[in-house]
Amino acid sequence: MGGLRVLCIAIVLIHSHTIGAFAADGPLRVEAQPLRSASEFLSPALRAEQADPIRNRGMLWVEQGERLFTQPPPGGAPSCATCHARAETSMRGVAARLPAVDAASGQLVNLEGRVNECRIVRQSLPPLDYETDELLALTAYLTALSNGEPLAVSIDGPASAFYAYGQQLWNERQGQLNVACTQCHDQSVGRKLRGDTISSAVPTGYPAYRLEWQTLGSLHRRLRACQLGVRAQLFELGSREYLALELYLKSRARRHPIDAPALRR
Amino acid sequence: MPATAQAGETIKIRTAIQHPMITGHTDAGPNVAPRKIIHTFAVAYLDAEVLRIDVAPGIAANPFFAFNLRARSSGDVVFTWIDDTGEVIVETRQLTVT
Repeated sequence: MGGLRVLCIAIVLIHSHTIGAFAADGPLRVEAQPLRSASEFLSPALRAEQADPIRNRGMLWVEQGERLFTQPPPGGAPSCATCHARAETSMRGVAARLPAVDAASGQLVNLEGRVNECRIVRQSLPPLDYETDELLALTAYLTALSNGEPLAVSIDGPASAFYAYGQQLWNERQGQLNVACTQCHDQSVGRKLRGDTISSAVPTGYPAYRLEWQTLGSLHRRLRACQLGVRAQLFELGSREYLALELYLKSRARRHPIDAPALRR
Repeated sequence: MPATAQAGETIKIRTAIQHPMITGHTDAGPNVAPRKIIHTFAVAYLDAEVLRIDVAPGIAANPFFAFNLRARSSGDVVFTWIDDTGEVIVETRQLTVT
């Protein structure tokens, strides 16, 4: 009888410990703490720099992107604007709805993927690599066309599996430091890490001009920087892992307006 | 920069250019990447040089320069950036003085 009671107490202890460790992963805690735009964590001086189209160096890529979009590429292929005329209206909101599941392939595709799909299928051009000035310029231009539009990705139907995978990655400990995304970006928002303030991981400003990089960079490059920080195995830029995380982050921050290209430290 | 100004008025001109500004001190695999910076930025107004900056490797990528110019009469403002590979980028803006 006595032995049974000890066993019961032990089970209760383990169970309550499990609840304690995972409580922060549930949706209740996330809703209790509203997400703050990453721009809110910038100093007033950097926020002013971001709002100024000359001093925000990301705008150089937006201008380059507009040229690439409207001018026909060498070799006789049609320009992007041949199909997508009046991009200011026809492409508005597109970036807010991506990543989305491609009906034909069943794969999750983000803006970078969509641009490359158009290049291959419609323009007979080779795809652009992540972090090339050309792909950054096109994605910066197209994302900036959706500035002010709230993030509105779909996580229903075929996207639900990708969303679940992204959420799993978000909550999974990784790397030599054995830290999950959620431990910093849900549970420690506002606290200091290496001289900077931990943000809510709202991805509305990407591609962003990061001062540390001295250049524009994609959201996937930013995810990779976090993985480097916790000394984890890096995923490939454009991999299914980063795409699923991108969907999870953009769904988590839905209704937050796009403000790209942003300045980040 | 503004397109028009009154004679004698001081106008503010701000420029930014896309350039990696490789210092020559950073890694590129086992070797040091050779220096590739914009070493000179010059501005001419009414065919006379009004500004010349010798740029050092400590300047950040995508350099931003701002300066004042006193408008005298209508004419071109010519901006020139020269980098270590010998590439010269020239931009011209018309200033109309009333």
